[in-house]
Amino acid sequence: MNPVFQGLITIAVGVGGIFVYFIASNAFLDKVLFPAKGPNASRNINRANTIRPWLFMAPTIIALSLYLVYPVIGSFIRSLFNRSGDEFVGFSNYTTMFASSEFRTAFWNNVLWALVVPSVSTFLGLLIAQLTDKLRWGNIAKSLIFMPMAISFVGASLIWKFVYAIDPELGVINAIRVNMFGASPLDVLQIAFWNNLFLMVILIWVQTGFAMVILSAALRGIPEETIEAAIIDGANPFQIFFRIQVPQVTNTIIVVFTTTTILVLKVFDIVYAMTGGNFNTQILPSYMMQFMFRDDGRATAVAIVIMLIVTPVMIQNIRQARAEMR
Amino acid sequence: MDNIAGKKSSLSIVVNITVFLLVLIWLIPTVGLFVSSFRDRDAISASGWWLAPLATEQTFRGRGDTESVTPGDGGVVLTGNVFLDPEIAPSFPNGEGKIAAFGDSGREPGEFPAGEVADLGDGASLIVERSGDYVFTLPEDPGDRGPRYYVVAKTPPSFTLDNYRTVLSAGGMGQAFVNTLTVTIPTTIIPILMAAFAAYALAWMDFAGRSWLIAAIIGLLVVPLQLALVPMLTLHNQVGIGQSFLGIWLAHAAFGQPLAVYLLRNYMIGLPRDIIESARVDGGTDFQIFMKIILPLSFPALAAFAIFQFLWTWNDLLVAKVFLPSSEETKVMTVKIADDLLGSRGGDWGILAAAAFVSITIPLLVFFTLQRYLVRGLLAGSVK
Repeated sequence: MNPVFQGLITIAVGVGGIFVYFIASNAFLDKVLFPAKGPNASRNINRANTIRPWLFMAPTIIALSLYLVYPVIGSFIRSLFNRSGDEFVGFSNYTTMFASSEFRTAFWNNVLWALVVPSVSTFLGLLIAQLTDKLRWGNIAKSLIFMPMAISFVGASLIWKFVYAIDPELGVINAIRVNMFGASPLDVLQIAFWNNLFLMVILIWVQTGFAMVILSAALRGIPEETIEAAIIDGANPFQIFFRIQVPQVTNTIIVVFTTTTILVLKVFDIVYAMTGGNFNTQILPSYMMQFMFRDDGRATAVAIVIMLIVTPVMIQNIRQARAEMR
Repeated sequence: MDNIAGKKSSLSIVVNITVFLLVLIWLIPTVGLFVSSFRDRDAISASGWWLAPLATEQTFRGRGDTESVTPGDGGVVLTGNVFLDPEIAPSFPNGEGKIAAFGDSGREPGEFPAGEVADLGDGASLIVERSGDYVFTLPEDPGDRGPRYYVVAKTPPSFTLDNYRTVLSAGGMGQAFVNTLTVTIPTTIIPILMAAFAAYALAWMDFAGRSWLIAAIIGLLVVPLQLALVPMLTLHNQVGIGQSFLGIWLAHAAFGQPLAVYLLRNYMIGLPRDIIESARVDGGTDFQIFMKIILPLSFPALAAFAIFQFLWTWNDLLVAKVFLPSSEETKVMTVKIADDLLGSRGGDWGILAAAAFVSITIPLLVFFTLQRYLVRGLLAGSVK
């Protein structure tokens, strides 16, 4: 069957099915299971109302437990088995992995990514948010800097592949090197260590817009009086920014920083498309994709390592959410 | 801060310039790709895209026309026009070229400026006018093969849609575009409906364990998708879904749930309590309240999530690589670019650029027309 046609059917069946499920299950609950009439009417209404939320949430809960909760356990169990999955090997996938130098490279590169990308993009986002705030064309500027958010990581990689191209007639970087400084062109993606930074630039380019939008809203949410008071006290613009505004958006800065950190641990597209993990640019997500389809035991072991790195952030988020709900 | 006396003018110039430079840095990569996508292979290798609107100097080579041989003083004379040479003519369909320089060796194709008589040694000489007319003087008849000459000609800036034609037809991007749409549309619509009901329950219905469920969903927001790949693909294979569109629809619909529920719940809880209470007093059931009050009022949040989910599924590479078969008929655009084009067309930049633009046009369109909702969604998702 043609996939397009299949897609249209899926939309119809999916949307229709969800509506039918909700309407039918509701009706079943109210009319058949606990009808709001007869001697037990009021008790039935209460019972129906205890069950109803779970009816509403059932599709989501099933989807989440199947696709996100079960895999945490499933991946862990799978990582204890060998390549073909029929022999229990304990933690040997992990010990082999920790012993391999490529894993260590990927791990430390990932640490570097997780430090550099969130810091730089949050800093630039804050800077741009503040600078564009007063400009007449500020919204256009923001919109243009925000634009890469819409572009896929693959597309962004391709865009930057042009910038980094060795041919000085093609790559802006080498054009500047050759024409302005008379140096010979070089492949920036092969310079050890620095190539990691050149790859990070791509993610920073994509993520700065996100930081900017959120921080810009936070800056606008600062009470005017605090800034006015500082102006009256004779503070200069830099003092106002660093001593009045930034302290008031610290929480938002932390949120932006952690969100970007989490993202960094998941993005494999850029390294995959730019270098394929060669020239010591491997990071954990792309390292995992090397084993995907080849050795599921090792692949899941890498995934569990990523999960362990993310866990502290997850616990912190849950704690904060529970504190806010009280 | 506009009203700080004496600071405004100088600071505001600096601010303007800084922002302008930042925007420039942000735009240059995309503009470069965009311009390159309209240039053919020769133009791309001849000059940087930043020179695209200018005329470029390109080197061509041709052979003296042996049919024009006439005896002259001290040998034979060949005459003709460079732009009629069968090797060069295809590059100048309008015939509007200008010769800047010429030469007789490939090493120095522009040794002599146009219009000057060049002594080639051994009694041979050559002159090429700016208009392309040339006169070759040779000591003896060259026979069938005319003598080689090289010219440096200014070619007018040329832009072409050929790259797009190649990419969409022969490149297989047309099929990939349809596949991307096939993945994206159902996975944008279906999860919203699922999540909206759940979000309503979490926002406005009272039951035991509600706060734990909300906390769990917030926790699931950060679970790396990488964990789901192996176990879910194994499960899909076991139940017979395998790698297929159905599989990727299910996967995307589920992966979108945490963010959808989180965004929608945050929005719904902010709706005025009075409306919902009075509807309850009037005898409205939860189902009616949801369908007739909450859903229409939540439109901005629904739109925000729809845009997120659309952009995310359209741009996704990871899930598509794992849950879709890797055959040509089912490749989505990101996989096509990352796996096929970057490898096999690695040197054909025009094609690569066109492919990239085919894949990012729709997201950019969505982005610029619905930016308002996207920003609102981002804010609802991260700032409390």
